[in-house]
Amino acid sequence: MTIRTEPVTVNIGPQHPSTHGVFRLRVTFDGEVVVQVEPVFGYLHRGTEKLAEERNYVQVVTLTDRLDYVSSMTNNQAYCLAVEKLLEVEPPPRGKYLRTITAELQRIASHLVGVGFFLQELGTFGGTPLMYCFRSRERILDLFEMLCGARITVSYMRPGGVFADAPADFWPALATFLNAFPGELAELEQLILENEILMVRTRGVSPLPLDLAINCSVSGPVLRASGLAWDWRKVDPYDAYDKVEFQVPVGSNGDNYDRFWVRMQEVRQSLSIVRQCIAQIEPGPVRLPDLPLVLRAAPGKEAYGRIEAPRGELGFYLVSDGGVSPYRCKIRSPSLINLTVTEHLLVGWKLADMIVTLGSVDINMGEVDR
Amino acid sequence: MSCRLAADNVLYGNPLFRWVYDLAGSALPCWLAYIIAGLVVMFIVVNGVLAGTAVLTWAERKLLGRFQNRVGPNRWGPFGLLQPMADLVKLLTKENLTPKGADRLVFNLVPILMMMPTLLVVAVVPFAMNTAVADLSIGVLYILAVSSLTILAIFMAGWSSNNRFALFGAARGVAVLVSYEVPVVLSLLGVVMVAGSMSLSGVVEAQAVPFLLVQPIALFVFAAGTSAELNRTPFDVAEGESEIVAGYHIEYSGIKFAIIQASEFGGTITASAVIVTLFLAGWQGPLASYLGWLWFLLKLGLVLFLFVWVRATYPRLRTDQIMAFSWKFLLSISLINLLATSLEIYWLRGAERALTTGDLWIMALMNLAIAAACLLVAGRLSQAKVRRVRPPLPVAASGTAAREAR
Repeated sequence: MTIRTEPVTVNIGPQHPSTHGVFRLRVTFDGEVVVQVEPVFGYLHRGTEKLAEERNYVQVVTLTDRLDYVSSMTNNQAYCLAVEKLLEVEPPPRGKYLRTITAELQRIASHLVGVGFFLQELGTFGGTPLMYCFRSRERILDLFEMLCGARITVSYMRPGGVFADAPADFWPALATFLNAFPGELAELEQLILENEILMVRTRGVSPLPLDLAINCSVSGPVLRASGLAWDWRKVDPYDAYDKVEFQVPVGSNGDNYDRFWVRMQEVRQSLSIVRQCIAQIEPGPVRLPDLPLVLRAAPGKEAYGRIEAPRGELGFYLVSDGGVSPYRCKIRSPSLINLTVTEHLLVGWKLADMIVTLGSVDINMGEVDR
Repeated sequence: MSCRLAADNVLYGNPLFRWVYDLAGSALPCWLAYIIAGLVVMFIVVNGVLAGTAVLTWAERKLLGRFQNRVGPNRWGPFGLLQPMADLVKLLTKENLTPKGADRLVFNLVPILMMMPTLLVVAVVPFAMNTAVADLSIGVLYILAVSSLTILAIFMAGWSSNNRFALFGAARGVAVLVSYEVPVVLSLLGVVMVAGSMSLSGVVEAQAVPFLLVQPIALFVFAAGTSAELNRTPFDVAEGESEIVAGYHIEYSGIKFAIIQASEFGGTITASAVIVTLFLAGWQGPLASYLGWLWFLLKLGLVLFLFVWVRATYPRLRTDQIMAFSWKFLLSISLINLLATSLEIYWLRGAERALTTGDLWIMALMNLAIAAACLLVAGRLSQAKVRRVRPPLPVAASGTAAREAR
């Protein structure tokens, strides 16, 4: 005899502790199993692309801070690269190294947030691993504060370099962080990396096949967890990435555990990149000295600047009409594109897995809704 | 006029009750003296538990803070000790909502029904020598019966709230709690068999060797079962705040929420008190007749600390995994424990039909070996699921190789 069951439709979000901002999922459950999923977003839409058309090229940098607000530095970087391509200029070496250092620090901070909330969604009460992660993230934000006075909305980079050289006391502070952080990371790994409950909850759950990931143009750790070593820092190096050695961690079956694992390994690689940059960086100008205050590009020119942001490929597509502001600014945000596989990842799994999978994809609503 | 309490009365063993009864009975009718004496004892027990709850909320928040590199509450009173008061005042001043479409009667009954089992369990726990409110001869059975009432409250809360998250929480909670009843009962059966008594003071007195050593499997099963019943990680699916927000009590606010929280913390205290009584030799220790309460409190603190520690460390399991853990693992080891214990008792007890301290030590050694074997076998069986069976994940050297691979 089969018991007749009725599907239940539940709105997960927009106010929900585990939706990373104001994301909403209309989910139809059969018992606890997801049978239908409909992502609804746009709650955080601020019209960044339109706003960018109203401001001059340098002013747009502050808008990019607010896209993916847990990794503002890399947003700055992608935008500045696009503008530099448009103007056909290149920043001086010290500027490039400073950008690489800050971008990698930002990647560490962002991955720590991603991993921390992923573990929080697994149900660690009160978020013990999350607090471990935030302890280290705070140190990085303090470093950013020394660089530019802001912790989240940094606006540190400018087309043609960075806006100011690092103060003298930044380097000892960075060295202190680099000494302390491996120990803190080891503590986190000891606490959770091979925990049995974590293993049974995440291993084999919501696997993303590689061909589907490529077809949906998923990028970042989600793609690499599925088994492809695709990293723009390697494939098309920008800034100082062609001068440093690092490895690209890849997963094998793209399940929740692999996505989590890839992030944890990338943190280690970022740490090594920062160390190499510190060893290589030399005194010099940090920004092109002859750039005008108000930038203008040749009319009809277009450029696409892309980087490997912590969440995947972040691209800015700029079109110039010769004016002081971009004629069109299109943002390719990794979080939005990575959401295209939501349905494949979530349908057929349980409510508890669904939340964890969302955490492992690590979306950021500021970037999805723009 | 003087009233005599019958020697077979369940409250006869309680000296405080008898003292109040005699005192009141000298001036009042016997039935009134009986009620007054009962109320006095109840007042002390209920307020004792609630005060303990307040202290536990503070201690748990403080400890969790320390586990998480935070400071914890430290603003109000020395070391933040008055924080529970502040919490209570805050919750009392909040609006006491009943959602539209809720079943008002059932909805408002839930906090009372949640609190009740917690307080009822305390009645049979001996805090020191001869200090149980009522030393029932079927104490263990009574605890099992009363503590399973919580299921009803959770189900009522989920059903009456008219909220889908609450319904999810209730369904999960009921599923988990019902499956954990069976192994918990079976594990306590071993304890009762060794002690030869169902009365809690009887069990304490039988622990010449703490049952922590004599019945290690039973302790493990009971601790796992109670943390499932108390909705504590890794078994807190009924609340699961990252998934179903607060589960069955999502719609409760103000004083109703406070009572539900208090009953949860109170439940932790009573469950720990039961563990101390059944497995850690209760009030026994040096100078037990004078310092029994101190030993009890120390052991209680230790068990509570372990509960907080587990809560601070582990992620949450999924509902089906919890049920599988209960039915496949806990049930089998508690059956093994039951079989082993009964065979050991059959072989060891002599003609006088009682176990000596030496017998208990022999049982402790055998049962510890069996527990270790069970853990090893279970670990081996579940290795494929929880351990990394594949080689370490490959690390690509460079993007060019990846491009070629594509």
